[in-house]
Amino acid sequence: MATHDFAAQASHAHEAPQGFIRKWVFSLDHKVIGLQYYFLALAAVFVGMFLSLLMRIHLIWPGAALPILGEIKPETYLTLVTMHGTIMVFFVLTTAPQGGFGNYFLPIQIGAPDMAFPVLNMLSFWTTLLGFIVMIAAFFVAGGAPLHGWTGYAPLSALQSAGPGEGLGADLWIISIAIFCIGALMGALNFITTTLDMRAKGMTMMRMPLTVWAWFVTAILGLLAFGVLLSAGILLLMDRNLGTSFFVPLGTINGQLTGHKGGSPLLWQHLFWFFGHPEVYIAILPAMGMCSQLLSVFSRKPIFGYKAMVYAILAIGFLGFMVWGHHMFMSGMSPYTAFAFSVMTMAIGVPSAIKTFNWLGTLMRGKIRFSSPMLFAIGFVSLFVSGGISGPFLAQPVLDIPLHDTYFVPGHFHLIMGVASIFGIFAATYYWFPKMFGRMMNESMARWHFWFSLIGTYAIFMPMHYLGMAGMPRRYSQMTEVAYLHDLIPLQKFITYAAFITIAGQLIFLVNLFWSMFKGPKASDNPWEATTLEWITTTPPPHDNFGGHTPVVHNGPYEYSVPGAPRDYVMQNDPEIKPAH
Amino acid sequence: MGLVLLIVIWLITFVSTYFFMAKTWWLPAGASAAAASIDHHFTVTYILMGFVFVAAQVSLGYLVWKYRDGGSSKKATYSHGNVTLEIVWTVLTTVLFVGMNLASSSIWASERFRPAGENAVHVEVTGMQFAWYFRYPGPDGKFGLTKPELEDASAGGEAALGLDANDPASKDDVVTGVMVVPVNREVEVILRAHDVIHSFYVPSMRFKQDAVPGLAIHMHFTPIQTGDYEIACAELCGLGHYKMHGMLKVVSQEEFDKWLAAREAEKQ
Repeated sequence: MATHDFAAQASHAHEAPQGFIRKWVFSLDHKVIGLQYYFLALAAVFVGMFLSLLMRIHLIWPGAALPILGEIKPETYLTLVTMHGTIMVFFVLTTAPQGGFGNYFLPIQIGAPDMAFPVLNMLSFWTTLLGFIVMIAAFFVAGGAPLHGWTGYAPLSALQSAGPGEGLGADLWIISIAIFCIGALMGALNFITTTLDMRAKGMTMMRMPLTVWAWFVTAILGLLAFGVLLSAGILLLMDRNLGTSFFVPLGTINGQLTGHKGGSPLLWQHLFWFFGHPEVYIAILPAMGMCSQLLSVFSRKPIFGYKAMVYAILAIGFLGFMVWGHHMFMSGMSPYTAFAFSVMTMAIGVPSAIKTFNWLGTLMRGKIRFSSPMLFAIGFVSLFVSGGISGPFLAQPVLDIPLHDTYFVPGHFHLIMGVASIFGIFAATYYWFPKMFGRMMNESMARWHFWFSLIGTYAIFMPMHYLGMAGMPRRYSQMTEVAYLHDLIPLQKFITYAAFITIAGQLIFLVNLFWSMFKGPKASDNPWEATTLEWITTTPPPHDNFGGHTPVVHNGPYEYSVPGAPRDYVMQNDPEIKPAH
Repeated sequence: MGLVLLIVIWLITFVSTYFFMAKTWWLPAGASAAAASIDHHFTVTYILMGFVFVAAQVSLGYLVWKYRDGGSSKKATYSHGNVTLEIVWTVLTTVLFVGMNLASSSIWASERFRPAGENAVHVEVTGMQFAWYFRYPGPDGKFGLTKPELEDASAGGEAALGLDANDPASKDDVVTGVMVVPVNREVEVILRAHDVIHSFYVPSMRFKQDAVPGLAIHMHFTPIQTGDYEIACAELCGLGHYKMHGMLKVVSQEEFDKWLAAREAEKQ
């Protein structure tokens, strides 16, 4: 395979732009685009978090009148649920790890001057931003944002009269997601091409950092998954506005015939989850890659089982497309199909377990430095385990009978897909901030942020498992109407208080981020003494990443504590090592 | 820092595990024939996964403390891993995960592969925004025809279901807002929905199944204890989702017969 193509690279070595607009706004530079994605995700995560704060307040003080916003009505609660989930999944968990860090560091880590298609890269960011603006616009149209949940199950999402927010707000919601899909597809093409064609000389596939592997496989998942969601979204728009009946069968709403017939609500679920389950891995794989990277760097040890880690990423990516039915055990899908999906789902637990073992193996006999990126990487492992072990409960259809659509499910996916991924994003932020901004972040603020986040998220999401076992259904705006739920209100109160404290802790991060950007101590080129190619170039990297030359790679990405080496790390472009062992 | 991490990770692990073991919040008491086996499998899964959880978290806390950089000149061990170990834990987790799944397959089969028996009581359950209606076929054992164009939710009862009065089979159908069934007899539930997806969830019966517009889903359960049990909607169905509440009354066979006869009499 051609790993070094001068002709191809020459065409990408576009001139460094001079004007502000070309440099920082409509930039073709993957590093600027990476930062644009990152700040988009940062804005989105605070919107999403604010929505969750309102949800938590409404759950325990249903009648409370809030300043400016007034009283939150039950339907408004469902709007918050919907928009929180949608914004977090698409504009945070998909945007920051892949669009943000992937864009910035994938080309540098493989020794390329830019992405394969810089113009396409710029377009994918601006498309994603447009998607976000359309999503936010849904709050401000007549009827407000939709209430059908981030999963948008038809017919609830397909009928304008199904509830408040199911008018224009729901159309905007679908259009926003469709736009997002287009941006994600362009990005995926770019990532795949770049990884395959733009690697520096000597950067064989098996010398790529695990972050690159994770971004690469994530891009393949995105390419296969977002196309399906895009099609499903277009069909749903047609059902809503053109009188087609893909997802709506003969029926009535509020005693009125809907005018549809012959559609299948389960078809939407199959299409949605064909995207939706790989999406879970789109969110978590980059975090897994970052965590693997950081555990090795800060344990000063090669990653335990590099090949096994690569195969595990590939296995997760492959199996990730065969398990979507486990979201539908109670949907009316054939119970035989459910059984097949269940076996596949249990199988996907195996590569995840392999990764966990290897992370622990990496720590063992290491020499661990507790810098802030490492704290979040360790936190990631803990959360990944905690969120992971509830998976085999939900993967068994028999146990889905009591647990499906209860709080056990949000408890599970928030720990593993939500907070674990967010910990990956935090770890990556603290790790790469010096390279991106040329300054170090404040370490003691970072530590406080870590403790608030780790203890806080456990305090929020662990009790949700208890609520789920006790039978508390999801997406209930109040617990007043069903008698057995009354006993669970104290636990809900505890979760809300924990959320207040955890959210307050996130402000420490925000302050640290912006304060350090301007006031942090200057960073050296390689402050963590790491081996991958982003640390051989200047801080911040020049426009073409390596200042006119292309690195040549001789070593694997995780050569730490090599016996006989002068330092305890060997850079990827150092002369090839022949370890004596 | 290593010690603080160890303490915090261990504390989180033990506090979380305590509330599971103490069963402070647990599945509601089961009142159906399937509850015992479902709960048993839940407990088995819980013990196995609980062991994995504690083992992994305790190791994580221990390893970060034990292998912290204490400032000594000793280097980390240079090792790229161990293939034998990789194979061992791959095989172990495969056996654990797939084995757990196969162990529960017979319960799933009896719940969902097998249809209801001959002697089952038939109840049609219909969900609509935001109420449950229950229909019994009456002495003829046949459900009468319903037509979407006849549905009138605001009128309630038979009209809400769109029962066609011209169909002879519908003459003796009983429609109620409370579900009454006899104890120790299998109940065949036929689930329908008019407008959007709802989910018929009776925690004490270990019963949950979506009701989907356009489908009639046949399910079954056998209550083994008399009493009143709450029904909740478990699938987001709109602004009134949280109050889409119903009651299941499990009574003796005699009481059930008397109750049904009285409803028939009311109808005439």
